[in-house]
Amino acid sequence: MLALEHVSVTFNEGTADEKKALQSIQLTLEQGEFVTVIGSNGAGKSTLMNMISGALYPDVGTVSINQQNVTALPEYKRAKRIGRVFQDPMAGTSPTMTIEENLAMAYSRNKKRYLVPGVNKKRRELFKEKLKTLHLGLEDRLNAKVGLLSGGERQALSLLMATFTEPDILLLDEHTAALDPSRAALITDLTGDVVKETGLTTLMVTHNMQQALDLGNRLIMMDKGQIILDIRGAKKQALTVEKLLHEFQRIRGTHLDDDRAILG
Amino acid sequence: MFISIFNAFESGIIFAIMALGVYLTFRILDFPDLTVDGSFVTGGAVTAILITNGMPAIIATFIAIVCGFIAGTITGLLNTKGKVNPLLSGILMMTALYSINLRIMGQSTIPLLNQSTVFTQLKNVFESAGLDGIINQGLTGLGLERTPSTYSVLLVMLVVTFFIKFVTDYFLKTEIGLALRATGDNERMIRSFSANTDFLTVIGLGFSNALVALAGGLYAQFTGFSDLNMGIGMIVVGLASVIIGESVVGTKSIMRTTFAVIIGSIIYRVVVTLALRADFLDNGDTRLITALLVILALVMPRLIETYKERTRKKKKRVALTEQIKEGA
Ligand SMILES: Nc1ncnc2c1ncn2[C@@H]1O[C@H](COP(=O)(O)OP(=O)(O)OP(=O)(O)O)[C@@H](O)[C@H]1O
Ligand SMILES: [Mg+2]
Repeated sequence: MLALEHVSVTFNEGTADEKKALQSIQLTLEQGEFVTVIGSNGAGKSTLMNMISGALYPDVGTVSINQQNVTALPEYKRAKRIGRVFQDPMAGTSPTMTIEENLAMAYSRNKKRYLVPGVNKKRRELFKEKLKTLHLGLEDRLNAKVGLLSGGERQALSLLMATFTEPDILLLDEHTAALDPSRAALITDLTGDVVKETGLTTLMVTHNMQQALDLGNRLIMMDKGQIILDIRGAKKQALTVEKLLHEFQRIRGTHLDDDRAILG
Repeated sequence: MFISIFNAFESGIIFAIMALGVYLTFRILDFPDLTVDGSFVTGGAVTAILITNGMPAIIATFIAIVCGFIAGTITGLLNTKGKVNPLLSGILMMTALYSINLRIMGQSTIPLLNQSTVFTQLKNVFESAGLDGIINQGLTGLGLERTPSTYSVLLVMLVVTFFIKFVTDYFLKTEIGLALRATGDNERMIRSFSANTDFLTVIGLGFSNALVALAGGLYAQFTGFSDLNMGIGMIVVGLASVIIGESVVGTKSIMRTTFAVIIGSIIYRVVVTLALRADFLDNGDTRLITALLVILALVMPRLIETYKERTRKKKKRVALTEQIKEGA
């Protein structure tokens, strides 16, 4: 489904600020895999996401989706097949536009856009039906400007917009990090439901180890631009936070900085 | 008095087309496009030179629209492909257009006095149909001494401008229109929904400047000449219209806002006309009046809001103290 081969990227190469953000990453995702990604600040998680989405291009290496090499394909073209939710609840929606208009933009993701109305009766029904699955009552506020919604509501909407056209790949970058605990739990549940229902191939970055263990069927840990741990299946089910911390120590020979981030 | 206000309405409705263009860039695309000062003149220049060379006025006007569109797309390409900052892209294009406009016209002014323009043609139609006479009879019946020579400009321009408004409203609700609005609102988001934001920015600027050039072409035909300097300060006039209209009419929906822009353009012309009637003000003061109007439109709504809020709180306080007194 998704394959990264020898993907490397260095920021500010040749200067004092040189940063090897990704070092020869090898990663293959099977259809329907749900991978959680953990790692300390600056490990390269967001950079990895940006490589896949096409927001950044690798210095060397290739990115393929469904056996097709997309390394040089610009972001907006890849976006037909990749859904994204960002950390910032402001980032995934258009605040001055209404809920239904936002959904209409998401609806056009994998189609050509024409000079026909973005919202029509049939689509409005579809949007309502989809919004109902969020249980937030948004289906009754189709004409409300998205800027008026709370962060949690926006993030739920972003998640819906990213997934309801069923792209090939779903990228979630700390999409619950900016929310209060109860809202974060809500979005986490929604994420689990959506992925289970649609069987989307998913990569989810989180700083919350428990969340990384609870969700998904595969877990990778990143550090200094490398994937240092890759656990799947039954082995992942058996993992605990303690075991993870211990594992990190064994591989890196140091303690994982137990900043807010890691234990979350 | 009636005549000068009538003229203000006429030019207000023509300039409203330009203001709609400015609205598209400043508000929808969030792109402060200064190309306007140049593309307005381009519209006038192209129309004037083509008409004096014998081309039918209506075709000349259409070609002016195309030229404005091209100017806008160049600004857009400078910004999206050349990575030049939006303000600078517009300034560069405006500067280049000054020379280009002079090249087009070959001289700094082209008179259109004895030419057949869209407005002289319309006037003839109205005259032969006797329409102006009928309206004027009604007005003299109301006791008006001097009446406008023709209503064709006002009536036809109302139809044209509102037609453009409705097309714009429709466009901004289409799939492409939604993506265009999102490009101005949250570019990163709409790119993640597979919209080519560079392309949208370029065509958005193209449409905007096409409208501006149309207004320039019509204005040249309306006043009977095209002048190299008639575009100076046009962007501020456009902005003034947008801001005044928004603060008077409101911005609840797209349809309302585009209507606001048209009203804003007319209000602007009328206020400037009235102000210039004051003895101590002359034509040179137009810019000052413009600036003051924009400041007023920007500051007044906030002042009114604060005042309302204060009286509301005061009432609440009074009610509370009464309650406490009653309780005691
Ligand atoms: N555009 C850029 N220019 C320069 N350096 C960058 C850029 N983007 C990321 N970096 C650097 O690359 C490294 C990896 O960044 P990245 O954002 O991928 O980390 P992360 O794992 O997502 O961290 P966090 O948990 O804080 O979100 C960091 O050291 C960061 O400073
Ligand atoms: Mg990150």
